[in-house]
Amino acid sequence: MWNYEKRLQYPVNIKNPNPKLAQVIISQFGGPDGELAASMRYLSQRYAMPYREVMGVLTDIGTEELAHLEMIGTIVHQLTRNLTPEEIVASGFDKYYVDHTTGIWPQAAGGIPFNACEFQSKGDPITDLVEDLAAEQKARSTYDNILRLVHDNEVADPIRFLREREIVHFQRFGEALRLVQDKLDEKNFYAFNPAFDCNTKPTSVRECGKL
Amino acid sequence: MNYSCNRMSREQLFDWINMVSFAVVETALYLDTHPCDEEAMKFYHEVLEMRKNAIMEYSNHFEPLTLDLAGGNKGKWEWVMSPWPWEGGNC
Repeated sequence: MWNYEKRLQYPVNIKNPNPKLAQVIISQFGGPDGELAASMRYLSQRYAMPYREVMGVLTDIGTEELAHLEMIGTIVHQLTRNLTPEEIVASGFDKYYVDHTTGIWPQAAGGIPFNACEFQSKGDPITDLVEDLAAEQKARSTYDNILRLVHDNEVADPIRFLREREIVHFQRFGEALRLVQDKLDEKNFYAFNPAFDCNTKPTSVRECGKL
Repeated sequence: MNYSCNRMSREQLFDWINMVSFAVVETALYLDTHPCDEEAMKFYHEVLEMRKNAIMEYSNHFEPLTLDLAGGNKGKWEWVMSPWPWEGGNC
């Protein structure tokens, strides 16, 4: 069950519109390595995880990604406020505008709509966590690519925050992967899917004071 | 409605939380389109108080239901020590 907090995780206050930049940044809303895909990936993968610590990491990061989705939506919205038809045409924003006006719709920068095929939920904890590590790196690379094109600090500042979070999440997923590798079947974790084949019952890896 | 949390079993308290939490959500949704309805506002505050008390009670005695209460009261990170909802372990 979820509750909403009426605030952004990190403030976004952009004064100057820039529809050209908005078309690039929207990729982190609905693109292949975007925040929507990230959230849906982690929240979908939780169910097949064998350990409650890992379920917790996926739940909490999956939730934070929704907050990032909201930040990206806000950035795109603020970059496309108060546009004249001339500015829309001159910036190349017209192709998006004709279908969505200045509404926010999940698509990649190239116009490809959001698609669940952009992530996996394989039901194998090692497979899924390795995907999650890659996903965080891909998102970090995308933010690096975006930052090269941004010259407005009001845009760069929240993007830098989001980039940092990719690095922190990568770290946490690395730890989650290690928990699974250490506990599940350390002699044989690449050969098959022990969480499925051995019908592993969910537990917590750690009992504080014991491990 | 008056209901003392102290007399409830874990299962009863959990059901109670589901019930009053739904009342909060439902009333909030109504208030979104009727923000000046004083009677609805009064009911909202009533059920909100019940929800807060019950969630606190549940966290103190059993396990945390929100991240704000995840530290528990035993000095450890209870969040990942108890079953997740899809395990069917919660009552």
